[in-house]
Amino acid sequence: MDKLRFAGRRLLQGLAALLLIAVVNSLLVRAAPGDPAMVLAGEAGAADEAYMQQLRERFDLDRPLPQQLLTYLGQLARGDLGQSSRQQAPVLDLILERLPATLLLTGTAFVLALAAGVALGVWASTRVGTWQDSLISLFATLFYATPLYWLALIAVLVFSVWLPWLPGFGFETVGGGHTGLARVIDIGRHLLLPALVLAMFFMAIYARMTRAAMPEVASQDFVKTARAKGLPPGRILRAHVLRNALLPVVTLAGLQAGAMVGGAVLIETVFAWPGIGRLLFDALGQRDYALLLGTFLVTAALAIAFNVITDLVYTVVDPRIELS
Amino acid sequence: MTLNSDFLRRFRRNRGAVAGLVALLMVGLVALLAPWLAAHDPWAMVGQPFLPPGQAPGLPLGSDALGRDVAAGLVHGARVSLLIALVATAVSLLLGITVGALAGYHGGWVDAGLMRFTELFQAVPGFALAIVVVAIFQPTLVSIVGAIALVSWPSVARLVRSEFLSLRQREFVAAAQLAGQGSLTIIFRQILPNAVSPIVVMGSLMVASSILMESGLSFLGLGDPNQMTWGYMVGAARTALRQAWWIAVFPGLAIALTVLALNLVGEGLSDGLNTRLGGRAR
Amino acid sequence: MKPALLIEGLSIRLPAGADRALAVEAVDLELPAGRTLCVVGESGSGKSMVANAVMGLLPRPQVAPVAGRILFEGRDLLALPEREWRRVRGCRIGMVFQEPMTSLNPVMRIGEQIGEVLDAHQPLPRAERRARIVGALGDVGLPDPATLIDSFPFRLSGGQRQRVMIAAALVLEPTLLIADEPTTALDVTTQAQILALMRDLQRRKGMSMLFITHDFGVVADIADEVAVMQRGRVVERGAARQLLNHPQHAYTQALIAAIPHGRTRASQAAGRPLLQVSGLCKTFRSGGGLFRRPREVPAAQAVDLHVDAGETLGVVGESGSGKSTLGRLLTGLIAADAGHIRFDGQELAADLRRRPRADRAAIQMVFQDPYASLNPRHVVGAAIAAGPIEQGMARAQALALARELLGRVGLDPEAADRYPHEFSGGQRQRIAIARALATRPRLIVADEPVSALDVSVQAQVLALFEQVRREFGLSLVFITHDLRVAAQMCDRLAVMKGGRIVETGDTATLLASPQHPYTRELLAAAPHFHSALEAAGA
Repeated sequence: MDKLRFAGRRLLQGLAALLLIAVVNSLLVRAAPGDPAMVLAGEAGAADEAYMQQLRERFDLDRPLPQQLLTYLGQLARGDLGQSSRQQAPVLDLILERLPATLLLTGTAFVLALAAGVALGVWASTRVGTWQDSLISLFATLFYATPLYWLALIAVLVFSVWLPWLPGFGFETVGGGHTGLARVIDIGRHLLLPALVLAMFFMAIYARMTRAAMPEVASQDFVKTARAKGLPPGRILRAHVLRNALLPVVTLAGLQAGAMVGGAVLIETVFAWPGIGRLLFDALGQRDYALLLGTFLVTAALAIAFNVITDLVYTVVDPRIELS
Repeated sequence: MTLNSDFLRRFRRNRGAVAGLVALLMVGLVALLAPWLAAHDPWAMVGQPFLPPGQAPGLPLGSDALGRDVAAGLVHGARVSLLIALVATAVSLLLGITVGALAGYHGGWVDAGLMRFTELFQAVPGFALAIVVVAIFQPTLVSIVGAIALVSWPSVARLVRSEFLSLRQREFVAAAQLAGQGSLTIIFRQILPNAVSPIVVMGSLMVASSILMESGLSFLGLGDPNQMTWGYMVGAARTALRQAWWIAVFPGLAIALTVLALNLVGEGLSDGLNTRLGGRAR
Repeated sequence: MKPALLIEGLSIRLPAGADRALAVEAVDLELPAGRTLCVVGESGSGKSMVANAVMGLLPRPQVAPVAGRILFEGRDLLALPEREWRRVRGCRIGMVFQEPMTSLNPVMRIGEQIGEVLDAHQPLPRAERRARIVGALGDVGLPDPATLIDSFPFRLSGGQRQRVMIAAALVLEPTLLIADEPTTALDVTTQAQILALMRDLQRRKGMSMLFITHDFGVVADIADEVAVMQRGRVVERGAARQLLNHPQHAYTQALIAAIPHGRTRASQAAGRPLLQVSGLCKTFRSGGGLFRRPREVPAAQAVDLHVDAGETLGVVGESGSGKSTLGRLLTGLIAADAGHIRFDGQELAADLRRRPRADRAAIQMVFQDPYASLNPRHVVGAAIAAGPIEQGMARAQALALARELLGRVGLDPEAADRYPHEFSGGQRQRIAIARALATRPRLIVADEPVSALDVSVQAQVLALFEQVRREFGLSLVFITHDLRVAAQMCDRLAVMKGGRIVETGDTATLLASPQHPYTRELLAAAPHFHSALEAAGA
């Protein structure tokens, strides 16, 4: 019962956060230098005075601020995120079209980073001081310092240009005409490189954190109790040390969700992956602010959703959470 | 005093940290002496486009798509990146320490309110927010620094808050209150000196992440158009990746090296200041 | 009859840079079958090391045995390979540790934590396994074992968690139980219960027990044999009654002499009332939110008390009784919700910050944790001088005063320029007392000032309190959980439970004939060294 109440509270918090971001979103437009209508219309629409007048009416730009906010929020509730000036289509439709690709990418990267990172961290912690440990630490440190987009470019260079093993761009082979399982494999091949690159940075973080957390947990009293019971070392490692060391890592993963969604923007740009990150980049280049803000709102929603889900998973993992 | 020599001893023991410090000093030196070190102005077209490294005299790292000196771009890029990162970090620290100290010291509804505010910022994907802010306010040095600071201050605030919360409970604070010291005095003279260590470590790590963020913005075309930055160079190299790998590789290496050096120094500071023991010098 | 455990010439080395080369040196111990051997010593004596060595839990390779044998069931444990040792641990030898709050895996259910011992040594089919676990929990006196099996540790109190630990240690009926300070972290009343439980279990199962402790009261209660350790060596050992009544070695004699005798002192002539408290109330609220009712903890409920000039009032209670909160309410560090505090006839504001400067100087405090009560970044002299400086004294004068006070509390005045980490726990408490004296207070509230100190150091600091009280003409409010200390130091006592004062009175009278049932319970539970000896028929 307590867990359900906690879940409910957490969801409401997430929604409240989203609401505030929406408000900030609309305020940003009004805060930008120049005429808000021009900002919303973008370069393409600014020339057309009639269009600008349309925008002014639609968004109540001539009315006082609180009313503008209410109008905006009302539109949001109806799912109206505005109109893309460049592509002459509702922003929401454009986003929904691209959302699955981003979910696929970030979801895969998230799972990959967490699973591989924890595994490497555990492995390194059992071999403290050996060359394997140093190697993993070295890689972790290196990948943590490398800019994501550069890593992506190098990956494309190495694995797609010099060694043509994997496709370097796109969601699936254009004109390939694959269906069913073949299609899945094709998409998978295209997914591998971008997901891997996106995962690397976070994998480094989780590996380092796990590797640091394991000995710290191992030095705690209850592990001594476990040893005094004569339990086999494998059981102690799994059920006592790892089980507790995972808690801060899972928390961190949730907090990093926002960073991962942000990183997706860079990855999708480099790999021409048709997701909302790419959409954001295109909107940027085209000065299509309505699309930009709409996309931002959705990425924020995505990050918050990740965050809330991780919190909920955490309550399953840590029974004490209701007391916080 | 003993505290200082202990710190130096521990820092020196961490070889990575020492190497990082050396590398960092070199980068700093390059940045400082940029106008004299670089052979050419980075925007000047001084040679054939797409010259590989070492092929033309005076162009040790080759030339880019417009025939500009890559080495010069690197050297000048160091300036901009470090400058932006340092200023942004300073602003973040100022904001974060203020919010965190107030929240951690007063507790109660002050804490609750400030923390809700901070959490809001943390929930948003930081990089995406930075993109939006810079895009809307047009890319200038000020807007870039502002965007990075806006995105980075919440983690400082959280750290400072948790340090203050735990230090606030310690009996020496109660003793100071009984001695008659006021809140501000206690915050600055009693608590802050004990919270400095993790803040310093975080500061160095933040400079690193600021460089990454600034270069990411530049890569996407949101850098200050008057500055030749490392990120911009990598971004410009995207389309020419096949024929001129060096235009992308060298700037990226520069970024990675600087960020790595900063991370290593940060870890060295953490070891040296014994921050894992919660700032207690025992 | 063969001893259950025989330790011969055990030496354990410490890593380079420790304050001595050997943690434990040439230690000989003998535990007769079915008996209890208590190993007593202060911190740093190496007693816990011995226990860890028997279980093979030393943090090798930095800390490792370098000489000697540990003979158990016909084998030298030190010569066993790790796999063999694992078979012994938990199965033939059980161990219980000191800190019940951190010694259980917080994310594993209770039943699982006991079941895994069975799984490791004696796998059983499910129904039988569950029955064994329920039996083990019932054996240690835990209520409703069937529900407890699925609970998590955070639902249990310290005493209950300790019982779970004992259950896990004994579920496979080992012949030897090692207990490393198992009751030190518990309340007095809970202590008594756990000790009784362990004694009972030992008798029923015919176990031998190796009991590590620093508390002679406990030793007098349960030991058949005693060994006293100092800085890694066994300085004296023998049968309990003999050793405790006629200690031979100088160190043992000094330790026993340092035990608070619990004899009440002659009551001071009471002056006029200095501090009068009436109807003091404080409730803590935590964890409120949009959908949750805040949790309420009544820390003080309608507290009335008074302290006369020149007298020492003791506030006695267990953890959770509210006595520490009371101390902070008196000094104004925590603002009371209701009630009045009158000092020297004047009404005091509940919040320290609203009190006039002169009054702030008049009431000072000495805290429990000597490591947390001094700012690690300030030199000691500055810490002492802070109060007078805030009162308006010139800096140079305040520092001179600090040096003088350091001398008065028995430290070198030059220590004023050193940092807290350069001092021991006992020395830091002296510094804390000097700090409290700096503003020339009339009343000092001492919140468990000696609980974190070793017994011999305790006695010194208590003597210092007495000396200072006389020399400076102070009144004291002495907060403690230790009745013996209270008896020795205080003219009057107030007993607290659940935020209320259940009984007050003159010390001698209250201890001789307690009126309230809780007071009686408290008195009965306290391990009384001297009375235990008498009861055992010296």
